[in-house]
Amino acid sequence: MSRLIRMDSSGHSTLAEWTPVDDASFEAAVEEFRGQLELGYIGTVPDGPGKATHVRDLPREADLVIMRRPIAGG
Amino acid sequence: MEGAQALPELASVPWRRPTDGRWLRRRARVWQAWTALYTVPFVAAGVLIFMLEPLAVPVSLLAFAHAWVIPRLYADRGAAVLRPKGPRNAGAEPVAQGLLGDLLDHGPRELQARTGLALEPGALGTWVVGEAGALLVTDRGRRVHCFCVRVPDPALPPSDRIAHLLLALRVDEVGFATVANHAFAGAPWRVRRRLPERARPALAAARSDTR
Repeated sequence: MSRLIRMDSSGHSTLAEWTPVDDASFEAAVEEFRGQLELGYIGTVPDGPGKATHVRDLPREADLVIMRRPIAGG
Repeated sequence: MEGAQALPELASVPWRRPTDGRWLRRRARVWQAWTALYTVPFVAAGVLIFMLEPLAVPVSLLAFAHAWVIPRLYADRGAAVLRPKGPRNAGAEPVAQGLLGDLLDHGPRELQARTGLALEPGALGTWVVGEAGALLVTDRGRRVHCFCVRVPDPALPPSDRIAHLLLALRVDEVGFATVANHAFAGAPWRVRRRLPERARPALAAARSDTR
């Protein structure tokens, strides 16, 4: 089961779950993903130690997609 | 998977040149020259005043104090990037800690639990990532660069702030360093003395990893 989560004040929240073969659950996750992008979140897929990928569309095959806030110089 | 490896936040700092290895080496040299520039004249003045008029030793001591304090203040600014900042959000921290732990290998996970800082090897050097900044250890552990960088959301628990920075760093290391504000460059011992006791093992681990 793939998961779309958002890092927030609760630690993190699970926004959607899907399986690659279940179109309905994936479409719902895509809607949720787009909604988060509109709120200013950034989609990131952790690819194991030391690597991550910024995604603009929800990847169907990813196990975990994390929505994060933009960073800035302090 | 459709991905893009440039950090999206780079769009907010289009005027900045990429903070790559060459940029870091140049910046380190500038910091070295700058340190000499504001230290040597005070030392020379202190010696000269004493030689001209031994009774003016308090003035000489004042000049030496300036030469000692100013580099210390700069190093303190560098070390400050790793100090815990903002609300602790203790209720949400265990959940955030779990997610951050999942993003780390066994060794860095154990180090993070002890020090509150995440160790991340990169192409530019080895990073130590905190809640509101990061250190980059380069030159086989002989140089440290300090960066102020944060996620501007105080409601996030500390481990989530680290996870934000860690993910951004993993997407685009040079982009991450470019978005961050460079605060200091110098010898690791200058920063280490000003770090909280708990954070020091993370700097030692980064130096060891870089060698």
